[in-house]
Amino acid sequence: MTPVSTATVENPAEVTPTGRFWNRQRRLGVGVLVIGLLATILFGALAPSKTARFTLSEDAQGAAFSINGKLGAILFGVLAIAAGAVLLAGLLSRYSTAVLSAGILTFVLSFLCWQVAGNFLPLVDTASGTLELAVPLIFGALAGVLGERSGVINVAIEGQFLMGAFGAALVGTMAGSVWAGLFSAAVGGVLIAGILAVLAIRYLVDQTVVGIVLNLLALGVTGFLYERLMQADAQSYNQPPKMPEWKIPGLADIPVVGPVLFDTNLLVWLALILVFVVHFGLTRTRWGLRTRAVGEHPTAADTVGIRVRGLRYLNVLLGGVVAGFGGAYFTLVATGSFNKNMTAGAGFIALAALIFGRWTPFGALGAALFFGFAQKLATYLSAVGSPVPNQFLNMLPYLATIVAVAGLVGRVRAPAADGQPYVKS
Amino acid sequence: MHPVSTGAARRLRSVLRLQEIPLRLELRGITKRFGDLVANDHIDLTVEPGEVHALLGENGAGKSTLMNQLYGLLQPDEGEIVVDGEARTFRSPRDAIAAGIGMVHQHFMLVPVFTVAENIALGAEKTKAGFLDRRRARREVLEVSERYGLPVDPDALVENLPVGAQQRVEIVKALTRDVDLLILDEPTAVLTPQETEELLAVMRGLCDAGKSIVFITHKLKEVKAIADRITVIRRGRTVGTASPGTAEDELAALMVGRAVTLEVDKTPAEPGREVLTISGLAVADDRGVRAVDDVDLVVRAGEVLGIAGVQGNGQTELVEAVMGLRTPLAGSITVDNEDLIRMSTKQILRSGIGYVPEDRSLDGVVKEFSVAENLVLDQYDRPPYGNAFRLDPAAVDKSARERVEQFDIRTSSPDSAVGTLSGGNQQKVVVAREMSRPLRLFIASQPTRGVDVGSIEFIHGRIVHERDVGTAVLVVSSELDEVVALADRIAVMYRGKILAIVPPDTPREELGLLMAGITDSTRPASDAGDPAAEKGTE
Repeated sequence: MTPVSTATVENPAEVTPTGRFWNRQRRLGVGVLVIGLLATILFGALAPSKTARFTLSEDAQGAAFSINGKLGAILFGVLAIAAGAVLLAGLLSRYSTAVLSAGILTFVLSFLCWQVAGNFLPLVDTASGTLELAVPLIFGALAGVLGERSGVINVAIEGQFLMGAFGAALVGTMAGSVWAGLFSAAVGGVLIAGILAVLAIRYLVDQTVVGIVLNLLALGVTGFLYERLMQADAQSYNQPPKMPEWKIPGLADIPVVGPVLFDTNLLVWLALILVFVVHFGLTRTRWGLRTRAVGEHPTAADTVGIRVRGLRYLNVLLGGVVAGFGGAYFTLVATGSFNKNMTAGAGFIALAALIFGRWTPFGALGAALFFGFAQKLATYLSAVGSPVPNQFLNMLPYLATIVAVAGLVGRVRAPAADGQPYVKS
Repeated sequence: MHPVSTGAARRLRSVLRLQEIPLRLELRGITKRFGDLVANDHIDLTVEPGEVHALLGENGAGKSTLMNQLYGLLQPDEGEIVVDGEARTFRSPRDAIAAGIGMVHQHFMLVPVFTVAENIALGAEKTKAGFLDRRRARREVLEVSERYGLPVDPDALVENLPVGAQQRVEIVKALTRDVDLLILDEPTAVLTPQETEELLAVMRGLCDAGKSIVFITHKLKEVKAIADRITVIRRGRTVGTASPGTAEDELAALMVGRAVTLEVDKTPAEPGREVLTISGLAVADDRGVRAVDDVDLVVRAGEVLGIAGVQGNGQTELVEAVMGLRTPLAGSITVDNEDLIRMSTKQILRSGIGYVPEDRSLDGVVKEFSVAENLVLDQYDRPPYGNAFRLDPAAVDKSARERVEQFDIRTSSPDSAVGTLSGGNQQKVVVAREMSRPLRLFIASQPTRGVDVGSIEFIHGRIVHERDVGTAVLVVSSELDEVVALADRIAVMYRGKILAIVPPDTPREELGLLMAGITDSTRPASDAGDPAAEKGTE
């Protein structure tokens, strides 16, 4: 509303994306350049001139990549600067995403060289730890993808996790079966999803508000039952059998990858397989085409005879199943029992992964792994007594999401009708 | 859910007669109410096989409501839909499609981020081993597109297509569903005259291929050019049927309920000093795309400059830049040598510029406010209406009564909420307010959109009067007839540029070509029977 322009002033909003000097690539270039400089100067100066060892095993033993910490910090820092410079110069614009990734990766490596100098980082342990932390996030983010691609915002992932975790612990213990636990986890997730679906789709209540309320409801219900039931008699109610670990002969012997991917439990595989299933489902099947249509332009879908509300119900409930599995992971795999508020915000990080991953299954997978790595690194740093507060790394998912939503890493576009109830005119 | 599918009956019939027979449709006593409003009041309509049946009526007459019931989007409160002698109930568009009825909506029902093929396949997807059969979808699109002469690219993203192409996609979408009756809801509203011509040709082709068409419109010329029969609807009732031979003014009278003059009486302009001067203006639209590109314009005192063009060619952004609602990227805008770019919209309004925005309900009035309040939205904080701290309700009311009288605003009281008035009377409120200040420049965007014929006449008269007292007037309209009727000079805008400035007696086809961005005078003109070439207004 305030006319400040003169004949030569550029509009601050993006004009023609190609015509402007400070386009996205150049802005990102500046960012990468700055973190590269930070790495080179700060990490390089702080890193002790000791050997940093990255071992291929789960401990200090065996083969390892070794590098002098100071040298490594400076070397990778300089590489990050180079990547930033390439972006800033407007070179290789076709591969700008790859250059950007390289810049961020070298920054992380520079950081690691500083932190690991004089010590060792077991790669297998880091990788499997990352995956373990990422699995519930993958389930949660996929649950979000299912709902939101059909146009229903799901911020109740946290509540679905809690109900799933609780149901798995309770029924798993009572039935003495891990599979009964897994099934009940899905039921727990669907319960929350069902309330969300009815209120959002049938009664047109604001979806974000409903989601938040459902998180509080799940926290209250599971917390109450935990205190009244489980704490009183943990043996009969809160000692579910653990999910068995399966080792695939042959494949499990591949170095690094084998122990991480092929010596693990069903839920890890299920999460990874679901990423592919949802991806191909969305892009290649009738269900997927209709889901996307309903999420983008429900009226158009209605006029070709698609039942908009029915499809939304289906997707939100399917999301409940998936999020329930994510909840089961906490009790049946990670800890072995239920605890009050044990998910501790993982559902919100899953939501962040969904947005950071741009509402796509593979994007969600990448984001979940990235966030899992940050968390794993945080525990590693506090274990080796690093001067960097691990809270910084725990902040990363939220920080990354803010950056993503602000549009700094490419256009983040939610489905056009996300969060809008469909009412026939 | 629904009775024995007519799908089966139709197949049987086509086998027996060895060819597809167009269907016969009858609507009997269709009635639809929304609360107290009777949108459709016992409407009867018969569409014979293979005919183009025009449904003519003003905006809000109930045409779209009627067709939405036929297409299963709404359910009638009373009456029945009879297809080939069999009464049918359409609970959803799926039932209508199964019965052989397709519809192209006024606002296209296409998913912008899908490809053409995906949009067309949606809802009737063919699968192979559980996966979408994309190759087959593409092939079907190409087949239908070729058979009916409707060029579409199956792999293009719909959001990248111009409206004319999107409309073809919609028609192809209906045709791939094997419909025999096609409803076209205001299909020409977004098209250039040339695109309209192409569409009419396509419609003729479809009828030759044995399809029936219900053509909803309020444009008389198109009806006369294409329709086999015409049903006129007014305020939810069928008021008559007519043949295409009926004279235009007769049809117009049926449509609006009384005879109306269609031309604006005005004397030749006497242009004076340059009032509005725009030079080298560039403005970005909401997406950051340059919507106005290096525009130079001058509007003189005592003349009406009309801007013609298909909507979305930068007219909106141009006017918003002048009014200080949008910051230009480059260029200058001055009124009597005062720079407008550095002024706020409030300052601009108070410097003697009147502005009728194109979207009345969004920018023109506050619907919940009373007529009186809406009439002082621009001057509420100035004497005599009030000052920075207080409002003088008596003064507001007094001047409201005067202006309601003067501008023939039909309202039960100045205290009624503006939202309860008809579109035409709401627009008169806007015009009355904007003409109540001393003016040097008057800008009207789509001054008569969604306005009844009586109010159109009135508003046009006021605009010409404003010109005659020496105000510079800028009129932007996507209705070519309105621009031709009002303007002393016509500037044609296309893709952000002024292609030409021509006198109002320029032949229609020439204006049409300019609106389509064609400046090349060597292009052969359309044939003599071209309805768009006939003069006169709708």
